[in-house]
Amino acid sequence: MTVMASTTAHTATREDPVSPWQHEHVLDLDDFTVPEIETVLNLAERMREVLDRRIARVPALRGYTVVNLFYEPSTRTRASFELAGKVLGADVISVTASTSSVAKGESLIDTVRTLRAMRADAIVMRHSIAGSPYLAAEHTDASIINAGDGSHAHPTQALLDLYTIRDRLGSIRGKRVVMIGDIAHSRVARSDMWGLAAMGAEVVLCGPPTLMPRGLRAGDRPAHAESALPAVTLETDIDRAIDGADVVMALRLQSERQQGGLLPSLHEYAQMYQVTQARLAKAKPGHVLMHPGPKNEGIEIAGDVAAGSNSIIEEQVTNGVAIRMALLYLLSGRTELPGGAPAEGGTANTEGGPRS
Amino acid sequence: MTTIAIHNGRVIDPALGRDGIADVVIVDGRIARVGPNEGDAVIDAERIDAGGLVVAPGFVDLHTHLREPGQEHKETIATGTLAAARGGYTTVCAMPNTSPALDSRAAVESVLREADASAVVRVLPIGAITMGRKGAELTPQGELRNAGVVALSDDGDAVADPSLMRHALEYSTQFNLPVAQHCEDPSLVRDGQMHEGWVATRLGLRGRPASAEETMVARDIALAELVGAHLHICHVSSAGSVALIAAARERGARITAEVTPHHLTLTHEEVAFGDDYVRIRYNTHAKVNPPLREETDLEALAIALRDGVIQAIATDHAPHASTDKDIEFDLASPGLTMLETAFGLSMRLVTQGKIDLPTLIERMTIGPVRAWRLDEQPGLEGLGTLAPGALGDVALLDPTSAWTVDPAAFASKGKNTPLAGKTLTGRVVATITGGRLVHETDRVVAL
Repeated sequence: MTVMASTTAHTATREDPVSPWQHEHVLDLDDFTVPEIETVLNLAERMREVLDRRIARVPALRGYTVVNLFYEPSTRTRASFELAGKVLGADVISVTASTSSVAKGESLIDTVRTLRAMRADAIVMRHSIAGSPYLAAEHTDASIINAGDGSHAHPTQALLDLYTIRDRLGSIRGKRVVMIGDIAHSRVARSDMWGLAAMGAEVVLCGPPTLMPRGLRAGDRPAHAESALPAVTLETDIDRAIDGADVVMALRLQSERQQGGLLPSLHEYAQMYQVTQARLAKAKPGHVLMHPGPKNEGIEIAGDVAAGSNSIIEEQVTNGVAIRMALLYLLSGRTELPGGAPAEGGTANTEGGPRS
Repeated sequence: MTTIAIHNGRVIDPALGRDGIADVVIVDGRIARVGPNEGDAVIDAERIDAGGLVVAPGFVDLHTHLREPGQEHKETIATGTLAAARGGYTTVCAMPNTSPALDSRAAVESVLREADASAVVRVLPIGAITMGRKGAELTPQGELRNAGVVALSDDGDAVADPSLMRHALEYSTQFNLPVAQHCEDPSLVRDGQMHEGWVATRLGLRGRPASAEETMVARDIALAELVGAHLHICHVSSAGSVALIAAARERGARITAEVTPHHLTLTHEEVAFGDDYVRIRYNTHAKVNPPLREETDLEALAIALRDGVIQAIATDHAPHASTDKDIEFDLASPGLTMLETAFGLSMRLVTQGKIDLPTLIERMTIGPVRAWRLDEQPGLEGLGTLAPGALGDVALLDPTSAWTVDPAAFASKGKNTPLAGKTLTGRVVATITGGRLVHETDRVVAL
C-alpha cells in the first residue's frame, strides 16, 4: 500500500482547546464528530509509517500501562491491541476474565477498579454483553476502549475500516458501502454504520429479514428520534445491494443463527447471500472487498473472492494495529509524537500516566 | 376509644361518587362519619387540618413484591409496607415469588404471621399458580384459599404450558379466585432485555416484542372464556393487549387488567437516553418485564385506564439490591421500586389531561378492589371506600406539591428507580391504616 506522509503535526490532547479530540474513552463511534474521526485516521497514517519500519518500535507510550480485559475469547483483536501497545513502548498485559466470576461475587466494577488501582492507564475491554464498557467507564478514570460488546459496538474495527476505505479509495464521502449478512447481531455493522454515515458514505445493509434489526427504516421510529440511528438503506436482494457498490463487506455468519431458527440452513444462506465473483460483477470497477474476520469461506464469502485482487482483508488487519496505536496515543494525552527516530528518553517528561 | 377527625379536605370517594369539601371521622379503626363539619361535634379527637388537601380512601395495590421470605436483602414485609404507607397505600397484595414460593398453607401463613408482627399496612397474600412457580404442577388452590390468598399468580414468569394454564383457570372457578398472569411467551422473549424496537437496535440488546405479550393475552383470554374463569392480566404494556382485553370484556368475558405507573408514563427511550440522542447509557433501572414500550402504547394504556378497560393501577413494586442492578445489563434483575413514587408518577396523567383526578383515585382504590372482589373477603367490607363502617384507611394527598425523587430517602430497601433526581408533582402527605397514622409529613397540621 501507499503510505502517505502526513505533513500536519498532530498535537491533539484533551488539554488543547483547539484539538478536536475530546474523548476519555472510546465506546462507540456514535459520539464521534467528523474532525475527531479524521484526527484518528490522520494519526493512524503516521502510526502506519512506524509500523512499516524495519524496527517498528518507538517509546511514545513508555510507562503507559494497557490492560486487555477480555470476557470473551478473541485472538485477532487482542493480538492487535497487544502489538499496538508494544510498538509504542507501553506495558501491555492481557487478562482473560469470565462472566462466571460474577457468580463468585467479583463484579465488573470491582475488576475495573482493581485494575485502575494497579495503575492501569487504559483498559481494553471485550465482553459478550452489550453496554458493559459503558458500565466500566462510569466507574473508573482509566480510559476504557471498547473492543467489542455483545451485538452493540466495535469502534476500533469501524475506525480501521474507515481508514482502509479512505486509504484505498481516496475518500469515503459519496461511496456506496454495502454490508452483507447478519446485521442484527453484528457489532461491526453497528459501529461501521455510524462512522460511514458521519463520513458521508451511502450505507446499504443487506441480509435476510430474520437477521435485520428493527427500527432502522425511516418511519420505524418517531420523528423526534430520527437522528437516533444513522441513515441507511435496507435491502434483502444481494444483487440489488451490490449494484454500483464501491465497497462490499461480508459479515461473519455465526453457525448458531441456524440453530436459533433464524435461518433454514447454512446452505440456503450461502445460496442467497454469499459474496461471489459473479455477484461482484455488478459492483463498480475498482471496488474493494472487505471482511472483519474471522471469515467462513464458502458461507458468507467465496474463497476465490476472499483471496482475489479486490480483497483488502489483510490490509484491514495491518491497519487495525495502526488505528489502535493512534487511539492509545490519543487517550494517553501525550504530546510527543512518535515521528522521528526512536530516541531514548524522548518521552521521559510525560511518563506517569494520562492524568498525572 | 380513639377518634381521628380530618377537617375540611376535598374528599374524593369514587365508590360513593363523593367529591367535595367535608370532614372524615374515624372511630376505633373504622370510618364513622363523612360530611361537611361532621368533625366539629366530635369530642376528644386527634384532629388533622386537611385544608387544601385531597382526602381519599387508602390506595390498594394488586401487585407488590415484598421479597419476604427469602430475599430480605431486597425488601422485608416491614420495609415494604412502610414504603407502601409512604405511597398512600393501605392494602398491598403480596406476590408469591418469594423463597420458598407461596405454594403451601405453611408459606402463606408465615407471611401473614410476619405481617401481623411487622407490617404497617394490610398485606393480602397471593398464592402461586404452580408448585415452586416452575410451571409444571398446580398448587393446592383450596388449601391456599383457606390460608387466605386473594388471587393466584406465578408473576415474574408466565405459565407457559397452555394446557396447564387452562386447568389452573378451570380449577380456580370453584373458589372464585382471580388467576393473574404475567403475559410474555417465554419462547418469544427468550433472553430479550428490553422492548424490541429502534432503541434496542441502537443499544445492541435483544428485544422482547410486544407480540410476546399479545399472543399470550389472546391465548389466555380464549382459555378463560372456554372455562368461564376470572383471568387478570398483570401489568399490561402494549396497545395490542389493550385491544384484546377491550374486545373480550365487550363479549362479557371475566377479564380484568392492571397497568403500572411506569408503563403509563415512561418509554423504552428511558433505557438509552438522558438529555440527547448522541450519548447512550444502559440504564438497568429502566429494565423491567414486560419492558417499557413506545409512545403509542402509552397513549392506548392511558385511554384504556380512563375508560375502565383497565380497572387498576398496580405498582409492580420490585425492589432489588444495588448488586442486582449495578452490573452488566443482561445480568441485571428486571423491575423497579415504585410504591413511593406511584402517586406522583401517575399524576402525570392528570397533569397531561389524559385522566381526571377522581378517576385516577378510583383506579388506585375501588377499581382494584372490585377487580378482585377484595371487599367480599371477610373483614374487608367497604375496602377502598370511605363509607361509614368501612376500614379507616385514608390517604391525604397534595396533588399540586412538587418534589424531587431521592432514592436514599426511600423507606423501601430497593433504591432501584429510573426516577432518581426527577421532579414529580403530587405527594402523599399522610396515610392512615385502620385508624392508625402510619405516615405523615410536615405538611400535616394537627389542630
